[in-house]
Amino acid sequence: MELKDDISIVLCGEAGQGIQTVEKFLTRVLKFDGFNVFATKEYMSRVRGGLNSTEIRVSSKNIKSFVSKTDILVTLKKGSIQHLKDRLSKDTLILGEKANAEDGYPFVELPFTQIATEIGDKIFSNVVAVGSISAILNVDFETIENYLKEFFARKGDEIVNKNIEATRKGYDLGLNLVKTGKIKVSIKKEDAIKNDLIFDGATAIGLGALAGGCNFISSYPMTPSTGILTFLSEHAKEFGIVAEQAEDEISAINMAIGAWYAGSRAMVTTAGGGFALMVEGMSLAGMIESPLVVNLGQRPAPATGLPTRTEQGDLLFALYSGHGEFPKILLAPGTLEDAFYLTQKAFYFADKFQVPVIILSDQYLVDSYYNVKNLGLPKNQPQKFVVETTKDYKRYALSKNGISPRGIPGGEGLVDVDSDEHDESGHITEDLDLRVKMVDKRLKKFDSIKTEIIPPELIGSQKYDTIIVGWGSTYPAIREAVEKMGDESVAFLYFKQVYPLHPDTKKYLQSAKKRIIVENNATSQFGHVVKVETGIDFDVKILKYNGMPFSVEELVSRLKESR
Amino acid sequence: MDKKIFDMGPIDIAWCPGCGDYGILNAVKQTMAELEIPPEKVVIVSGIGQAAKLPHYIRSNFFNGLHGRSIPPATGIKATNPDLVVIAESGDGDIYGEGGNHFIHAMRRNPDITVIVHDNMVYGLTKGQASPTSREGFKTPVQVEGVILKPFNPIAVSIANSASFVARASITDIPGTVKILKQAIQHKGFSIVDLFQPCVTFNKLNTYQWFKDNTYYLEDSYDPHNRIEALKRAFEEDKFPLGVFYAEENRKTFEENNMAYEVDKTPLYKRDVDLKKLSNLVESMRVR
Repeated sequence: MELKDDISIVLCGEAGQGIQTVEKFLTRVLKFDGFNVFATKEYMSRVRGGLNSTEIRVSSKNIKSFVSKTDILVTLKKGSIQHLKDRLSKDTLILGEKANAEDGYPFVELPFTQIATEIGDKIFSNVVAVGSISAILNVDFETIENYLKEFFARKGDEIVNKNIEATRKGYDLGLNLVKTGKIKVSIKKEDAIKNDLIFDGATAIGLGALAGGCNFISSYPMTPSTGILTFLSEHAKEFGIVAEQAEDEISAINMAIGAWYAGSRAMVTTAGGGFALMVEGMSLAGMIESPLVVNLGQRPAPATGLPTRTEQGDLLFALYSGHGEFPKILLAPGTLEDAFYLTQKAFYFADKFQVPVIILSDQYLVDSYYNVKNLGLPKNQPQKFVVETTKDYKRYALSKNGISPRGIPGGEGLVDVDSDEHDESGHITEDLDLRVKMVDKRLKKFDSIKTEIIPPELIGSQKYDTIIVGWGSTYPAIREAVEKMGDESVAFLYFKQVYPLHPDTKKYLQSAKKRIIVENNATSQFGHVVKVETGIDFDVKILKYNGMPFSVEELVSRLKESR
Repeated sequence: MDKKIFDMGPIDIAWCPGCGDYGILNAVKQTMAELEIPPEKVVIVSGIGQAAKLPHYIRSNFFNGLHGRSIPPATGIKATNPDLVVIAESGDGDIYGEGGNHFIHAMRRNPDITVIVHDNMVYGLTKGQASPTSREGFKTPVQVEGVILKPFNPIAVSIANSASFVARASITDIPGTVKILKQAIQHKGFSIVDLFQPCVTFNKLNTYQWFKDNTYYLEDSYDPHNRIEALKRAFEEDKFPLGVFYAEENRKTFEENNMAYEVDKTPLYKRDVDLKKLSNLVESMRVR
């Protein structure tokens, strides 16, 4: 078998077997050796057992999306083949212990455990596997050695040497497969990639929060959003962040709003079910005009749904979250770079317009990682919009654009906020004329918000007949599918701000003869938003809601069908 | 300090004539004045209900949030700016009922805030239903044959659950209440004051006279540092003891324990992002 420029390797085993360690090891080694690398995982909601898999995609080009094809499957547990059978073809090279083989699937035995046991411990079987894959991909063994020395440095020479030995043995097995002509892979390496950054979506959001000046996070753990809480907790001391695990999501959001009131820059991170508990707090932020940043990591629902899978099913929920009418902003990153940039931007929007801002991420985005050239790090402190108060300060002073200067307690003036309808000074009122003024004031902020909407990005020809619309994490797969199709008359419009919509949206859609929308949900929620905002409906809706992200091949085929 | 500094001037107050809330308002003003805490230095955080309207009637910073949710914002405010005096106050239904989970866990966290609970054993603003502290048999439009739930015992729960300062007062004695509130605010850490007050409109059972007749002060010789003894006294309900049941003086607060303040004592609101550290962190992702 010969593979050129693009290979997808899938590792499959049970929870607790160390697949994530392998994933980390292999992706780092590949990057350090100069390969473009992308990894994403699908896993079950359990701590031990079951079947989890990681796809590692290595390519000559800078492509970062999930594919369904499996060029090499490494089985670390019996049942892996059945678990992934829909993603295997007659060309898939299946490797592993003999015990993991299945009738009807050609299998190449690589005795990872046996080798590991010979070296002294079954635990080394994962690094034996990494060695084999590295050899197949033509990774320089020195790169692996250096990584192992660094990674296990603190554990002492013996551990380092045993790991090197195990990897070497695996590497030789892989070399043997290449020599005997079982497989041949040629993928371009680039020296420049060796110096790229590598991290996952959760880290991207965490870094974006730091860049946005986040110094307070209160949250309740919930997949897939816990990684952001973990990241900021790990760096809490270094960056001076209050990172608190609240007793529930209701407390989390109310703590964060309290923190903003006193001058922090606070965020919460949660998933749909946790956000359901937070919507009362969303409404509070709307009423008292508090800034707030929420990372809403979407996963299949209703209720507990599929806890560890992906979906774009909470857009409308986020849009309508919180009783009553008040402005909010919804952002949806499609890449790690955008996850960083949009989270940072969320703090700016929240502070400037005194509104809640929701970042709609999802399991696929949060759990994917790959190499990135650079992040646009801020050169200056985040812009802050807090004012010094004077004796006559009124928190809700009526202003032309609806934005009243926001002070914090501790200055000369008093800062009074109320979840009841209130007067300019923040005191409770039942003056119905004033009520109208205050509603108008809050909604007026939309006008300012609309002057800073992040525009959608058009990918492909300006002279399109067909336009494909996507938002958030589907971006890389749609982009790759469109590029693969190579049709000059097709363009892709990627939205990273999904509410409010950019005024150009209508123009883009009107210029097309055919309009297709792609969404990782069952009811085309963004299509609904677009229709409500522009009056334009989509001709074709390509939807997926089995808990998995779109693969590139699936999109190519479904897009071709709909042309 | 003259307590007039906290006066709002002529305002329309939504409490019934004779409500115990007036006494509490007075006592809070008196306490702040005696402690020399100016209005600009205090934040009063409340939930929803008649009790939760108190911050509208006293010159101060305030955060009048959602029903049951006074304690979480208070925690966030204190962690952001430890220089502020932060008081969470609301009714028994708000803090013990709707906000029960926050009440239970905040005391474990031990933020340096004071929680004052107006305890009148009934719901006022929703017009007369049972509250968590209503006595068994208390009849209401909803509990038509009388309350069948056991009353919540905030004092026993707080002592058992590691609150670092636990007290009960009764507004039938304003100077005595001020004395207790002063200690609660001066206490470093989470302090809870369960504050008896009559509801003149909806509670004809637990009246001003009833609170007078059914309370007494813990004796002068009582030592509030013995947790087991405190718990014993907390279970006394034939006559309710008043005073400081329990105090743990040297426990670290949430703010003191927080990693954010380990190296740098600057309040969060004054801080900048360390751009150099951020850059180093990002750069580290090239090599690990």
